[in-house]
Amino acid sequence: MIVRILGEGQFQVADDLAARLTALDAELDAAVEKTDDAAFHAALRAAIQLVRESGTTVPDDTFATADFILPFSDATLGEVRKLLADGTIGGDSAGLP
Amino acid sequence: MSVMKRVSLIFRAKANKALDRMEDPRETLDYSYQQQVEMLTRVRRGVADVATSRKRVELQMNSLQKEVDRREGQARDALSKGREDLARAALQNRASLQGQLNDLQGQYANLQEQEEKLTLASQRLQAKVDAFRTRKETIKATYTAAEAQTRINEAFSGISEEMGDIGLAIQRAEDKTAQMQARAGAIDELLASGALEDHVGGQQDAIQAELDKLGASNDVDSELARMKGELSANAPRQIEANANGDSTSANGDASANGDASSSEATQAAEQPQAGDGL
Repeated sequence: MIVRILGEGQFQVADDLAARLTALDAELDAAVEKTDDAAFHAALRAAIQLVRESGTTVPDDTFATADFILPFSDATLGEVRKLLADGTIGGDSAGLP
Repeated sequence: MSVMKRVSLIFRAKANKALDRMEDPRETLDYSYQQQVEMLTRVRRGVADVATSRKRVELQMNSLQKEVDRREGQARDALSKGREDLARAALQNRASLQGQLNDLQGQYANLQEQEEKLTLASQRLQAKVDAFRTRKETIKATYTAAEAQTRINEAFSGISEEMGDIGLAIQRAEDKTAQMQARAGAIDELLASGALEDHVGGQQDAIQAELDKLGASNDVDSELARMKGELSANAPRQIEANANGDSTSANGDASANGDASSSEATQAAEQPQAGDGL
């Protein structure tokens, strides 16, 4: 599967890591729900570390969409909540019509 | 639903919406490529802006460091003049300034990190854009419009995720730079107006003024000593002129002894003054 870390690009991650990543994702989700800053940062850090360490960079000439997208490594809980609430990427930031 | 899945769906939705609006899939490729080149320009400008902001903070850190050193100098100066109260005030000021300096150092590191990340993002996008151009030409040359659709969708969605990512990264960098500039502007004003000292402790340059006063009174003392010396140096000649048998001669001798050392001090004091004049 392909996982993108915002600001760092895409990584090819072995499918058998999906369970661990999904567990961390659930922690991330719960932390956002409860506005638990410490839990949010801990889960985000762990998930990003897992992808960075066990994933390989997707080649530049591969054009694929990621199965999962992780927030910026220094993202705040508020930032992520806003992105999820808006459900869209602001204005011209995607460079699309 | 999970955070990571939801974010990826948000990115996909954006690409799909754009694709839906495109009538001729081949035009999508050219249009997208044009957007990518614009995005490259934007990300490079973003890197330059962050760098400018970082350099400004660096200059401010230097200015603050000088202020910190100056306070330390004042503290030593005050202590050597036996004014512990002034030394304490100077050190208190120094601590406040050091706090501001530490804060700036943190922000500097943050900007440096942003700059590095954005530089890497810019390189990544450049590589992606180059690969996209090749892919675009291949698709146009090799496939019929109908066949090309899937491949175009794939390439477009892939690059649009990259663009969305970098667009967000630039936005964040711009926000941080704007925050930084607002703070940097405030510190610049403080440094320029000299209000930093008042802001920091309200003491300045009460400290410097006091030290200057001490310095000035030292100058006055040495000036007095010099004048006394001159007067005493003239005294023996007057005594000699008054000749012998005078009842004041004993007193005159005593003051003449004192004068000898004073006049040496006077010469020493006068030499630097001569030097100043040159």
